[in-house]
Amino acid sequence: MRALRAQLRTELTLTLRNKESLLLTLGIPIGLLVFFSLVDVLPLDALLGPGDQPVDVLAPGVLALAIMSMAMTGLAIATGFERSYGVLKRLGTTPLGRPRLLAAKIGAVVVVEVIQAAVLVPVALVLGWDPSLDLVPLLGAVVLGTAAFAGLGLWMAGTLRAEITLALANGLYIVLLLLGGFVIPLAELPDPLRRFAEALPSSALVDLVRAGFDGATGPGRAWVVLAVWAVALPLVAARTFRWSPAR
Amino acid sequence: MSAVSVEHLVVRHGDLVAVDDVSFTADAGEVLALLGPNGAGKTSTVEVLEGYGRPHAGRVRVLGHDPGTERDRIVGRIGVMLQDGGVYPGIRPPEMLHLLAAMYDDPADPDALLERVGLADRAGATWRQLSGGEQQRLSLAMALVGRPQVAFLDEPTAGVDVRGRQVIRQIVRELADGGCAVVLCTHELDEAEKVADRVVIVDRGKVVATGTLDELRSGTSGEVRFSAVPELDVDALGQHLGADVTEVAPGEYVVADGGHDSHLAAKLTGWLANHDVALGDLRAGRQRLEDVFLLLTADEAEPDVRRAMEPKRRGRRGRRS
Repeated sequence: MRALRAQLRTELTLTLRNKESLLLTLGIPIGLLVFFSLVDVLPLDALLGPGDQPVDVLAPGVLALAIMSMAMTGLAIATGFERSYGVLKRLGTTPLGRPRLLAAKIGAVVVVEVIQAAVLVPVALVLGWDPSLDLVPLLGAVVLGTAAFAGLGLWMAGTLRAEITLALANGLYIVLLLLGGFVIPLAELPDPLRRFAEALPSSALVDLVRAGFDGATGPGRAWVVLAVWAVALPLVAARTFRWSPAR
Repeated sequence: MSAVSVEHLVVRHGDLVAVDDVSFTADAGEVLALLGPNGAGKTSTVEVLEGYGRPHAGRVRVLGHDPGTERDRIVGRIGVMLQDGGVYPGIRPPEMLHLLAAMYDDPADPDALLERVGLADRAGATWRQLSGGEQQRLSLAMALVGRPQVAFLDEPTAGVDVRGRQVIRQIVRELADGGCAVVLCTHELDEAEKVADRVVIVDRGKVVATGTLDELRSGTSGEVRFSAVPELDVDALGQHLGADVTEVAPGEYVVADGGHDSHLAAKLTGWLANHDVALGDLRAGRQRLEDVFLLLTADEAEPDVRRAMEPKRRGRRGRRS
């Protein structure tokens, strides 16, 4: 336990010390939430129920985005550089072991998600958000989404060079920010693109988080899509992950 | 039982044979240097001992266990210094040492260790803000924090200034004196000479020579080395001196057993003067180590030097026996 605690503390300290990672995990989500809640330029009407404000749609979307930013992009970049700097290799010669290293990384992602929620939820409430929480499906969606995006992030970090991982993780973040349904409703996308976007873990996560904050369980299709990604991506990551730096 | 034993180790990276039938042992309390040029297979050898690479052939044991399959039995008892760090770029030295200390049952005091390697005043800097020498000293401290019984140090003084080297060598010496078996990789002869009890010279994956420093330095022969113009008549000179003379490289000569003859220098300079040849320099001691190392580190671009040296040596020995 002492080793796991020390590793978790280190992961958290380094994540919170890293300015880029703070910008990604907190800065951008807060900025998007505040901007689009106050500036009514997004075509959100189709998603708004009677008496809803834009923030009621935006807040769950931005919380889902926060999950992706940490579990995928943040984890991928940090782990990619740890691998290229030989940190993972070096830790491999200690009694820590891979299960505890992985547990510490997952623990750090979860703690950061809690911090993200603790910052974003009050901001959204101030902006007039009025959620009706259904906690169990919401937590289920968060767990599956975290698993899917962490799997994707670790797949990149464990197979690519750190610089490529950096570029790809940020690039995917932008692409999925546009196609993921986080802030722009999928209904606005042209048909083939919309079908493609609906099969991605991002849109499934957004649907389920929105439902969870709307007192609902969410569409079965979204659960299936997200669950498939949540199993497949970590499996691929586990099978392909290389601990030593790319030669 | 040796703390580290390597028997007929073979490691391949694709088609490249990085380690080709290497054998050696290291005992508790000694510093064993793997000495060789870059690409000789030192790191590949040590990686197998650390449990990273699997051998393609041969058998290695660390503290009696197979590092590939019994990793759990040794990770708490070995200390590792990688060639390039293995440290979080944004971490501070005390944080890294405290992290590692938490992983071992009976760790050294991280703060005292930081003091010992001279980094106490750099506690607030992150790894990427440290100089190359400071990074090496932190890496060394990382290898020591678990109080290891076996330490693997890969090029511990690379990129370190003179004072830093002295600190690192002194710590390595104390580590071995405390009963640890130290396996140290280096491409510098000087490093091996200053810190190692025994040296294994490797080149292109093969062991070229093994022995204590004294054995490698002088062997039993007490050779004397001198330089002059190339292609002297070594047979005639040998008769004059009463000892075998070999031209080990163009213009570079070794007199076997010359060290036992107190008049050798006079006889040699006399003979050279009679033949109108100027003596370049004359050195006793260290010959074999320098010879072997010179031979194996001879530039790839000058294969004639290697070729010139090898057959002549063989021929010389043949005649002697």
